[in-house]
Amino acid sequence: MNFSLSNEQEMLVDTVKAFVEKELIPYEAEVDAADAVSPELAAQIRNKAIELGLYAFNMPESVGGGGLDYFTQSLIERELAKVGWALHVFVARPSKILMACKGDQIEEYLLPTIRGEKIDCFALTEPDAGSDAAGIRTKAVLDGDDYVINGSKHFISHAGHADYSIVFAVTGSEEKNGRSRNQVTAFLVDNDSEGLVIRRGPKCVSNRGYHTYELFFDNCRVPASKVLGEVGKGWAVANDWLVAGRVMVAANCVGQAQRAMNLSVEWCANRKQFGQAIGKNQGVSFKLANMATQIQAADILTLQTAWKMDQGTMSDGDAGMAKLFASEALAQVSDDSVQLFGGMGLMDELPIERIWRNARIERIWEGTSEIQQHIISRELLRPFGC
Amino acid sequence: MKILVAVKRVVDYNVKVRPKSDGTDVDIANVKMSINPFCEIAVEEAVRLKEKGVATEIIAISMGPKQAQEQVRTALALGADRGILVESDEDLQPLAIAKMLKAIVEKESPDLVILGKQAIDGDNNQTGQMLGALTSMPQGTFASEVNVADGRVSVTREIDGGLQTVNLSLPAIVTTDLRLNEPRYASLPNIMKAKRKPMDTFTPEDLGVDATPRVKTLSVEPPAERKAGIKVADVAELVDKLKNEAKVI
Ligand SMILES: Cc1cc2nc3c(=O)[nH]c(=O)nc-3n(C[C@H](O)[C@H](O)[C@H](O)COP(=O)(O)OP(=O)(O)OC[C@H]3O[C@@H](n4cnc5c(N)ncnc54)[C@H](O)[C@@H]3O)c2cc1C
Repeated sequence: MNFSLSNEQEMLVDTVKAFVEKELIPYEAEVDAADAVSPELAAQIRNKAIELGLYAFNMPESVGGGGLDYFTQSLIERELAKVGWALHVFVARPSKILMACKGDQIEEYLLPTIRGEKIDCFALTEPDAGSDAAGIRTKAVLDGDDYVINGSKHFISHAGHADYSIVFAVTGSEEKNGRSRNQVTAFLVDNDSEGLVIRRGPKCVSNRGYHTYELFFDNCRVPASKVLGEVGKGWAVANDWLVAGRVMVAANCVGQAQRAMNLSVEWCANRKQFGQAIGKNQGVSFKLANMATQIQAADILTLQTAWKMDQGTMSDGDAGMAKLFASEALAQVSDDSVQLFGGMGLMDELPIERIWRNARIERIWEGTSEIQQHIISRELLRPFGC
Repeated sequence: MKILVAVKRVVDYNVKVRPKSDGTDVDIANVKMSINPFCEIAVEEAVRLKEKGVATEIIAISMGPKQAQEQVRTALALGADRGILVESDEDLQPLAIAKMLKAIVEKESPDLVILGKQAIDGDNNQTGQMLGALTSMPQGTFASEVNVADGRVSVTREIDGGLQTVNLSLPAIVTTDLRLNEPRYASLPNIMKAKRKPMDTFTPEDLGVDATPRVKTLSVEPPAERKAGIKVADVAELVDKLKNEAKVI
């Protein structure tokens, strides 16, 4: 097995590093304090990302994306994550699900989203259906050539800035193993559709400036031509994206942890108490050693999982392990960083408290840690009929 | 117009280097290597001249170990059209490099050779000037502005006490200073395209140059650690200490 990066991957990492340092980091404190990103700054970042060919780097080259394998995508995610979602969201990674677009959907949704002319958002979660995504209640009923959608979604990231939503709704039910199961369909719904109201959600502790929204569907009519993929096959379209997304979250966690680590090492080498650098105390330096080890392990696990995905040999459990381990490692590392910085670790003058706050969401979204444990253990036990 | 740009592989400017414990050299095992920042400025200037329609072809050249092809590739990703690697595991010193550049200049007949004014590892600041002497090409060193017009290049130079502009006939040599431009970073599509751009490899022998080092490094030591400062009571004491203790005035 070869663990070294190719020349192209090295160059790409250099480019993303420079981009993050120059175009994103200078704005992170003000964006966090204001809990908002100005439209001018958003456009500036988006344009720069388009110019550098980073926009939609996760999409295939055949549709105008970056055409990168998952391994290389993880390397980019790791660098982008040095800042929070409020800023790097403008280096858009459209939902991979959009590759299911057919016919007119390609020109209307897929391609403009890759070019940066339209923004998508992903609307699955509902107030009564989070981890239990199969329990969604939003319904779409066929009426002539249209589907009529009723129900609500919440926690939908950046929906307020998006042009359309990829909405999951129940369109029927089927019998399986003697139990009735909902059939779910994915729809492309324009956010200015009649019967759809989008409202800003509550303030969140993580990623200030990056907001979630609530979607209310009240007899919202959507032409049948807006079905993404096939009717009743919503989970089939979603699965691809949900699983790959977990590995990208893992890469994101590694990047955040690396930033906290670098800041912590420098701090411990320079901060003096009792006449010497605090890093001279083993109580401090051993913490650094453990943090670095956790990060290295999370990094290797994440990259190996991405590599497996490229080989087509990744299981759901593999992706779950990467997400679980990397997000838990980040939690520990970011909390340790606060401890090493002492009081300054909690002050908004330094990035540490922000990294610590942002870290918290990573164990919750894209499937909580417990859900990952459920997926991993199910894969272990199932062959034994358990 | 054809431009030859030289790019050197050096330890990345972010790396904090340390001498080896035996004091023979700087320890560069497993550290990140990059294009010398002044060479990056040279590449950027060449690419801008091409974008302005002044230059038609940019050749990027690096000399050093096999891995120096990474720096040639980076130059290709930044906009150079083709690359040359002169591969050698010798400690390549400015005179040998200038001689090999001369051989390439004779082969390629570029109208302009752009180099960094110095590399951040050796800080020699010699190669461009030596190439000028060997080829009899006019040189504009420490450039902060470069304009090509009517078969000549005008180079604004950063010199002690101000700026000087020299107007040179082509072919000419330019070495870049820090303020000449701000280099771009390579875009994703250009990084991928660079893979397919041609790169020739030579050895010093192919170019008829004896690259054996002439200067021997005797020892490498870290700079003396800064001692803690002291507070002085007044200006008189300061002057006294500067004169009699530090002996700097
Ligand atoms: C900031 C933010 C942005 C988001 N963005 C989006 C988005 O863009 N689109 C979208 O569709 N969703 C989004 N989400 C939703 C996110 O995916 C869910 O929050 C997540 O799946 C968890 O669901 P929940 O919050 O309802 O928690 P719940 O499912 O209610 O879980 C509560 C607790 O119970 C535990 N639990 C639940 N079931 C089990 C079980 N079987 N075994 C053990 N423990 C269990 C969970 O692990 C958790 O600890 C976002 C959420 C947030 C907070």
